[in-house]
Amino acid sequence: MTDASDHHRTRRALLASGALAALPLPAAQAFSPAPSTGKTVLTVAAFPLVNEIVEAAIPQWRQKHPDVEIKVVSRQYLDHHTAMTTALSTSVRLPDVMALEVSFVGRFAQGGGLEDLSKPPYDVARFRSRFVPYAYDQAIGRGGAVVAVPTDIGPGTMLYRADILAKAGIDPADLTRSWDSYVDAGIRLKAATGAYLIAHVQEIKDIVIRTGVKPGDGLYFGRDSQVLVDEPRFHRAFELARKVRRHKLDAKVGAWSNEWAEGFRRGQLATELSGAWLVGQLNNWVAPETKGLWRAAQFPEGAFAGYGGTSYAIPRRSDPARKALAWEFIQMMTLDRARQFSAFKTHDAFPALLETHDDPFFDEPLPFLGGQKARLLWRDAARKITATSVHKQNSFADEVVGTELDNVLEHDKDIGRALADARRLLERRAQR
Amino acid sequence: MRLPDALRLSPRWAPYVFISPFLILFAVFGVFPLGFSMWLAFQSWEPTSGLDAMQYVGLGNFAFALQDEWFWKSLRNTGWLALASGVPQHLVAIPLAVFIHNSFKRLRDAVIGAYFLPYITSTVAIAIMFSSLFSKDFGLVNLALGQTFGIAPVDWLGKAEYIKPAISLIIFWRFVGFNTVLYLAALQTIPKDLYEAATMDGASRLQQFFFITLPSLKPMIYFGVTLSVIGGLQIFEEPFILTGGRGGTDQAGMTSAVYLYRMAFDFNDFGGASAMSWILFGVVAVLTWLTNRAFRPKGG
Repeated sequence: MTDASDHHRTRRALLASGALAALPLPAAQAFSPAPSTGKTVLTVAAFPLVNEIVEAAIPQWRQKHPDVEIKVVSRQYLDHHTAMTTALSTSVRLPDVMALEVSFVGRFAQGGGLEDLSKPPYDVARFRSRFVPYAYDQAIGRGGAVVAVPTDIGPGTMLYRADILAKAGIDPADLTRSWDSYVDAGIRLKAATGAYLIAHVQEIKDIVIRTGVKPGDGLYFGRDSQVLVDEPRFHRAFELARKVRRHKLDAKVGAWSNEWAEGFRRGQLATELSGAWLVGQLNNWVAPETKGLWRAAQFPEGAFAGYGGTSYAIPRRSDPARKALAWEFIQMMTLDRARQFSAFKTHDAFPALLETHDDPFFDEPLPFLGGQKARLLWRDAARKITATSVHKQNSFADEVVGTELDNVLEHDKDIGRALADARRLLERRAQR
Repeated sequence: MRLPDALRLSPRWAPYVFISPFLILFAVFGVFPLGFSMWLAFQSWEPTSGLDAMQYVGLGNFAFALQDEWFWKSLRNTGWLALASGVPQHLVAIPLAVFIHNSFKRLRDAVIGAYFLPYITSTVAIAIMFSSLFSKDFGLVNLALGQTFGIAPVDWLGKAEYIKPAISLIIFWRFVGFNTVLYLAALQTIPKDLYEAATMDGASRLQQFFFITLPSLKPMIYFGVTLSVIGGLQIFEEPFILTGGRGGTDQAGMTSAVYLYRMAFDFNDFGGASAMSWILFGVVAVLTWLTNRAFRPKGG
């Protein structure tokens, strides 16, 4: 399986989050004052490139707290999250602040290892309106606890090659009107130019199953752990994917593989559904030679989806003496306009803080997209993405549904039977 | 200067003190994890909530594991890979050892070294190298197949039906040298006069191989096969890296070891993963015992 989960995975490694800014925080005073004897060290655990964003904020932190040193503990993306799981499970070597990628926020929100920031003295709810809604909402656990504060997000976007479309005489509006018109455009595109519509059909499935989730439900499981995989959105996603595959419109390459990168360079992939941050990746190393040929659009049929993002959390069992400082640090990283901006500019970390979104920076044309002012598009998308509640078996369900789609595509398995098989597997797990 | 008596090690305790570094390390990294995973196998645990979040569930995890389709699938994958990579290792290593034993004199050590090299190379490096060799559009394997036989590019690591053969090939390549070294060592212990007597009696090279060499190698075959059984059932790194840690399309490359790793670290089910690891231990123990029954020298 390729797709969004792969995207997320690598993106986490590539993108970072951050945003800093020291706000004088009255809330901090609600804590008992941090001991001022000797040098206090505040440990922040992060992964690339979040570590760089945190390090860039240290001078600003020093101005306010010359006696508090920031120690950044950085590990590779997966190692970091495994280390955080271990630290939380044993309460040993807990950092004061941990950066978490969004898929882990949902997972960690299931347990009780992270501080509930909705309670005093944090009262994070008072900042809720300042964040992109879905970014805030995805840190809400089952009991209403808010376990993390978002710093950057990955609004989803469709990127397409304007030159290839023009060659085939296709109106870009055909790509976005509906999923069917998107696929039809793909058929004409393939016939006229030989280019694939998309790298892998799983990418389409990942968006379509996110469309039409009922409020309060998760992607795969409902409020009471009931399995949802035979809802119409799954049938639709599978049928669409099968149609794309039958017309040989996907290159069957997973994101970040050699073939995927080469496909972009050689103009064999006409569109891609991913996070807005992909533009930076294409521009920097994947296919810099295609600069100016790409354009961005929303997903077909007005669908919206998030692709990764970063948040900061405080472990419940970290040293209570430093929690006030940790909270102050998190606020500096997430609530200061200038800090959020600097991370956006240096590390392509799309800000989760809404008050940054009215900056003229969003109006700037992007040369890689032929001068399109695409940030406005992504800003709009960011506000329309909705958070879905995360079930503890979500990653297993991802795997099961991806596998069943493979069975449909590769072995022509009946869609109804594939989804029934997925349901059976998930039902066994749902209550575990 | 003499140490005060209080600091002198009494001969009674000295041996224990001297072996204590090993025992302490073994206790920390060997016994404790074993015991902890046994404990976990009977618990339901949301790990990020801390150690006190464990709940005793009796044999629930074992019942779950035994009814879990994917666990059985992973066991079948493991069996497939163990057989497809293990059996050829020995079928090739024995004749190869005999060939090297008889044909090389001065170059012998260099040849053995070359065959042994994959065994001492980092598995991760090997897996990364092979994933580029097996690349669909830009890999050397497909290039060679295409130019020699005109075969269309094969998606070795993307299509369910090719993942297992690709993985077994790598494991075979890695361990055939190790087994060859084992058999070479055993060959050196076979008395030369047996062959001389057989030659005098008019036995052909083939007859000598089947009636002298093979029976004499039996103890080493027992040892080698036991290692292959144990190693084969624990295959982890190669499929893990080649399939990006996910087990591949349709979980075709998901061995039991990969699955129980994913159960714990991807699916957050440490209890279920521990139960599975103990079931896997049971399977290894039974198969080792069967190997013992099949190959153990009579009366040994």
